[in-house]
Amino acid sequence: MTSTASVQAASAAHTGDVVVAVRDVHYAAGGRSIFAGLDLEVRRGRITAIMGPSGTGKTTLLRLITRQVAPSGGQVTVFGKDLADCGRREVYAIRRRMGLLFQNGALLTDMDVFENVAFPVREHTDLPEPLVRLLVLTKLQAVGLRGAATLMPGELSGGMARRVALARAIVMDPEILLYDEPFVGLDPISLGFILRLIKHMNQALGITSVVVSHDVQELATIADDSYLISEGRVAAAGTPAQLKASDSAAVRQFMTGSAEGPVPFHYPAPDYAGQLLEADER
Amino acid sequence: MSARRPGAYLLGGVSRLGSVSIFFVRLLIQCVPALGRPRLLMLQIYNAGARSLIIIMLSGLFVGMVLGLQGYDLLRRFGSEEALGIAAALGLLRELAPVITALLFAGRAGTALASEIGLMRATDQLTAMEIMAVDPLRYVAAPRFLGGVIAMPLLTAIFSVIGLYGAQLVGVQMMGVDRGVFWSQTQGAVYLHDVNEGLLKSFVFGIACSLIAVHEGYHAEPTAEGVGLATTRTVVAASVITLLLDYVLTAVFL
Repeated sequence: MTSTASVQAASAAHTGDVVVAVRDVHYAAGGRSIFAGLDLEVRRGRITAIMGPSGTGKTTLLRLITRQVAPSGGQVTVFGKDLADCGRREVYAIRRRMGLLFQNGALLTDMDVFENVAFPVREHTDLPEPLVRLLVLTKLQAVGLRGAATLMPGELSGGMARRVALARAIVMDPEILLYDEPFVGLDPISLGFILRLIKHMNQALGITSVVVSHDVQELATIADDSYLISEGRVAAAGTPAQLKASDSAAVRQFMTGSAEGPVPFHYPAPDYAGQLLEADER
Repeated sequence: MSARRPGAYLLGGVSRLGSVSIFFVRLLIQCVPALGRPRLLMLQIYNAGARSLIIIMLSGLFVGMVLGLQGYDLLRRFGSEEALGIAAALGLLRELAPVITALLFAGRAGTALASEIGLMRATDQLTAMEIMAVDPLRYVAAPRFLGGVIAMPLLTAIFSVIGLYGAQLVGVQMMGVDRGVFWSQTQGAVYLHDVNEGLLKSFVFGIACSLIAVHEGYHAEPTAEGVGLATTRTVVAASVITLLLDYVLTAVFL
């Protein structure tokens, strides 16, 4: 395992390559602290995995990077611009260079698959219809759903919806692609396909990828850099192999998926036996 | 505690009014580009207007028929049954058509708008648009708002026509008022400003009901309960505001 500080020091030489930088970010929601001094960076052309147990704020991190929410402290920089200094127009300009794959696909339900993928193209360009069609069919072919172009989102399975959402996310050829739990609920064939697609887009098109997931084994096969988030901070950082070889009990517990270890499985609660007896007395 | 409550309510009310006002201004700004998308706008006029036609026509017919019955009974006491046409036409054009259409609109199109936008919020569709650098206010809210504003006067006009036919049906066909007298008196006593009053009212109600529906849906909590609450709030707020505005506008016109 490499400590956060040493990873930052090691990556200092690549400062020009840093596409997303999160510095000492604090964020709380509903009175609960999510991040308390989070530090991480995403380098150009690499696949960065953000891992951590459920409820550690992985999706919130994507919301911070896309400026859906603002941190209460610290700095989030994307493409060298501090998001706190960006107005609505600048944020939109930055978002045009990004793609986000939602956990649930978030397809527009009043449009068919083709129109969903064509949506950002129609909104941001004046391309002639034959070119839009070509572009959309190419992306749908890439995710294996060219044949589903006329289906409505309600007719798709969860995995298919996510593949359509992926086609929509890449149709404008973004520089960064953010994936929110891309492997949840996928069958083995789709899973393998999505893994290869993420890798392919990274290698062939040079798209920087940030993959948020807790599927350690899948991520380990494609990630160049990994961050393990726990209790509002980066608990460990390095390559997947480095994390696997970590001597930290908490990191080892997460990487092996063990219920026993320093990371509690149970949400904080009063004494079990005491609470049961208390209910009995009532 | 009890001394603080009215203050808290007042503060909450003012804050809500401020939020709706800011939303209204932002919406109006986005209405300009939305007008340049006739296909999207037509679809929303169809959703808010054409899909409310049956309920508006049926209600208009029954309201007109009741107006015919009540009006005939009342006017007969003074021996003025011939004035039924005037009473029905003025009552419908200036008051009943805009108000009842607005109340029905709030119940049908308003709830549909609020729940549709609320569900889009709950299923991350609005967020997805924001991430794609498409302002959902421009793409989703503005066309729906404009659709409602345009549809309301059209629905009101249809309500008035059908209502007048219903009054005529009862007064002339059933109660025996002379057809010629009914229409000639109506024609002679109804002026353009009476029609304008109804249309202006319906336009204002259209703005109020559509704004409330779009605002509630847009700011709905992204849960099933939140969407349900937004729908209920739309009906309650739009109905109360309609009746309040009706009093204000009537007082201005008289």
